[in-house]
Amino acid sequence: MAEHMTEHIALVVNGTPREGDVEPRRMLVQFLREDLELTGTHVGCDTSQCGACTVTIDGMAIKSCTMLAVQADGANVKTIEGMQAADGSLHALQEGFWAKHGLQCGFCTPGMIMAASDLLARNADPTDDEIRHAIEGNICRCTGYHNIVLAIREAASLVRAGASAPTPTSITA
Amino acid sequence: MATAVQDVLGTSVRRTEDPRFITGKGRYLDDIKLTGMAHLAILRSPYAHANIRSIDTTRAKTMPGVIAVIVGADIPYNPLPMAWPAGGASGLQNNVSTPRTLATDSVKWTGEGVTAVVAETPEQAIDALEAIDVDYEPLPAVVDAEKATQPGAVQLHENAPNNIVFDWTVGDKDGTEKALAEAEVVVRERLVNHRLIPNPMEVRGDIGWYNPGTDEYTVWMSSQTPHIQRLLLTAFVTGIPEHKVRCISPDVGGAFGTKIFCYADMALVMFASKLIGGGRPVKWVESRRESYGSTIHGRDHITYVEIAGRRDGTVTGVKVKTFANLGGRLSTIGPGIPTTLYGRVLSGCYKIPNVYAEVTGVYTNTTFVDAYRGAGRPEATYVIERAMDLFANEIGMDRAEVRRKNFIPKDAFPYDNPSGLGTAVNGEKIYVDSGDYEPAMDMALKTAGYADLEAKRAEAKTRGKLLGMGLSTYIEVCGVAPSKWIGAVGEGWGAAMWESSNVKVHLTGKVIVTMGTQPQGQGHETTYAQIVSHELGIPMDDIVIQHSDTQGTPFGYGSYGSRTSSVGSTAAIKATDKIKDKARRYAAHMLEASVDDIEVDGAEYRVKGSPDKKKTIQEIAFALDLGFSLPAGMEPYLDETAYYDTPNCTWPFGTHIAIVEVDEETGETDLVRYVAVDDVGKKINPMIVDGQLHGGIAQGVGQALWETAVYDDDGQLLSGSMMDYALPRASWLPSFELGETVTPSPVNPLGVKGVGEAGCIASTAAVANAVNDALSPLGIKHLDMPFTAQKVWHAIQATKGGRA
Repeated sequence: MAEHMTEHIALVVNGTPREGDVEPRRMLVQFLREDLELTGTHVGCDTSQCGACTVTIDGMAIKSCTMLAVQADGANVKTIEGMQAADGSLHALQEGFWAKHGLQCGFCTPGMIMAASDLLARNADPTDDEIRHAIEGNICRCTGYHNIVLAIREAASLVRAGASAPTPTSITA
Repeated sequence: MATAVQDVLGTSVRRTEDPRFITGKGRYLDDIKLTGMAHLAILRSPYAHANIRSIDTTRAKTMPGVIAVIVGADIPYNPLPMAWPAGGASGLQNNVSTPRTLATDSVKWTGEGVTAVVAETPEQAIDALEAIDVDYEPLPAVVDAEKATQPGAVQLHENAPNNIVFDWTVGDKDGTEKALAEAEVVVRERLVNHRLIPNPMEVRGDIGWYNPGTDEYTVWMSSQTPHIQRLLLTAFVTGIPEHKVRCISPDVGGAFGTKIFCYADMALVMFASKLIGGGRPVKWVESRRESYGSTIHGRDHITYVEIAGRRDGTVTGVKVKTFANLGGRLSTIGPGIPTTLYGRVLSGCYKIPNVYAEVTGVYTNTTFVDAYRGAGRPEATYVIERAMDLFANEIGMDRAEVRRKNFIPKDAFPYDNPSGLGTAVNGEKIYVDSGDYEPAMDMALKTAGYADLEAKRAEAKTRGKLLGMGLSTYIEVCGVAPSKWIGAVGEGWGAAMWESSNVKVHLTGKVIVTMGTQPQGQGHETTYAQIVSHELGIPMDDIVIQHSDTQGTPFGYGSYGSRTSSVGSTAAIKATDKIKDKARRYAAHMLEASVDDIEVDGAEYRVKGSPDKKKTIQEIAFALDLGFSLPAGMEPYLDETAYYDTPNCTWPFGTHIAIVEVDEETGETDLVRYVAVDDVGKKINPMIVDGQLHGGIAQGVGQALWETAVYDDDGQLLSGSMMDYALPRASWLPSFELGETVTPSPVNPLGVKGVGEAGCIASTAAVANAVNDALSPLGIKHLDMPFTAQKVWHAIQATKGGRA
């Protein structure tokens, strides 16, 4: 076996610079979960179907189980752990999911919230249909999506009313 | 006393478990990292049926990071237990084959575990699997339950001729055949209730830790039933004494039945941790692909139904023959699902005088089949609800009116159904205790605009769409179950079904409640706290609900069968009753009054007629827990445990109506509206109850329209990943229109019935009836699920003389 089987990467995660030495085959989700111990990002399927591993990179929702950690070198990554404000107050999406019972077992929830943050950054007042299409890459087995749609709609209205806006691109490194 | 505590019972308070889940701080099995933890991977059979000639692990043992390689012959454990044989008329089962911790001589499905590697990292363990050489002797396979029973079929087990696990019957055969012979109309159909892969979003996993210092094991498991698993793993599998094992379920990311059962991997991580020594924990987490072969599947029935009746709409008899596919070996309660939970509820909410069912349980070279959300009752509902439609269409009578004519009348309760639900061999009976089916159906019909169906159909036709409306008037037996009944029902269920709760009011007035049930997303921490707050007058914020750890919670049977709200909640109320009783006796001591003179109002214990003489539950707890002054014979502390055995099951019912549009050109089906009127009794937290219904509806719709597990003839699972198995997505579903009627259950003090499975039990039949209704103008009488565009397109083309 070769001595140097790892690559060095440096990226920003939830506003904090992080570095690591990773095997080239290491997926971003494993780097986040195992190396950085950010276990809020989940693995649900390994085939990029379920979206439990969704994080944002420079504001765009991506599935971290299908992105190599080395591909995230230099990127701005945000995970569910980075959604609360510095004072601990909840993000509008977290508030919306709580208020509208947008989660049951909670396993898909972090990915669902990250996917929705991408939507709300692009569309401040989405229709139900737009919401359903925006999260169609994220599978929830518990809610039938009914309350997730209400939760995202609630979050959008909270943002429009001045609550903490989704700021996936405002990370300061 | 402070201001009165707000009564939260029956209100939609926010869930107390949500803050950890919405911030990424949930702690699921795979989130747990323990010092020195090693990782286990399992090599699984690539063949559906093969003998194992030899296994060579030499190369694997030299791979980087490998600590141990384990084969089945290394493990002295017994095969996994099977706790619910069919028994009854089929006699005692003597042909049980269950999985071993690892297979030894043969494999019976693709995915059966053969060899395991323990390594320093998960990647190293997986890499080493590829260096294991297993010499298989491949054998022919059979995957279809009906074909497997035919002469000449491949035989899986020497002790199960014709692959038959059991031939089970229920009901009155002669009476039913007479009813069929004498009927004005008999409709016959073959119905396939296809196989499903349940797919909770969190896969399963376990961590086993052998502590060499104490000779004790701890097993973390993504399980609905940690107490039962400790019992099964110790008493039946490993021989390790029960008091030497602790089982813990951390946050569980959905289950839907799949995590009820005893799995080989649970025993494997225990064995591996002790094997490698050093007190190192061993973790195994299945991949999704692996899960599709190693975690149970659901449904998979082939059914021949005959429904008989008069032209005035009266149904006089139903006869059913079902082949139930149970897989290559039996899962923990596999035979109980298509018997007790299916055959005994086939008559649904109808007063049908003659019902007879034969169920043949069958081994095939497929993953084992066990309880998946609804477990037998969705299959029964599908059969009777499709049959009612077929009968109505045959006699040219409105489908809703045929149902109305045959409903069990509301003055007929308690009702003893003829398919034998009520009668146990020891004479114990349970009854359908309550119901009022017409108001729920009328509400659903009105909401859905059923009266305007033909006009809607005509309008849709102008858009090239075939519109259909489907009804499902379901009844559910849940809140399982009276122990003396389930233990004697004739099917040989090997366990009781009571529940437990311990309530402690601590010195500071804070309350810790420990429960024998186990949540997987249902919000138990919230609903139980609502109940205890209501009972004790203590704010929810001062109450914590603990569960899912055999160390520190009373033994309980876990959560499944929609039993938590009715059986578990009542245990909690019984425990608070004991707390209140003791607090009242101690208040009398503190206030120097007679116990009979103490009245309880929320948190206040007052002397009747002297409203100023009172103590709060917090003051009582403080003094009683200190114990400086105790009346004769009273023990210190407010700490009470209750075990509750329910006198009956509960009987939710309702009417669901699906409205679909089928594109006549492409065969694509769109669910455009979904109306559900459910009677689940009283609601502890309406928001949570509605959420359970939403999720259940979506899963049932998924079966009808998209989901299906497909094996090829060699037993290879073709739908072996989420890329191939179509789970419902947000853009495929509408929002659901819920209504309710409320008939409180007479069984428990809360009047609740249980709601975890109702949506899933009702919705598959509603959608199937809707699609068949949409296709009926083309002359199509019955099409099986799932209604993929390809299948529907072929059916439409066949009616037009095109491709079939």
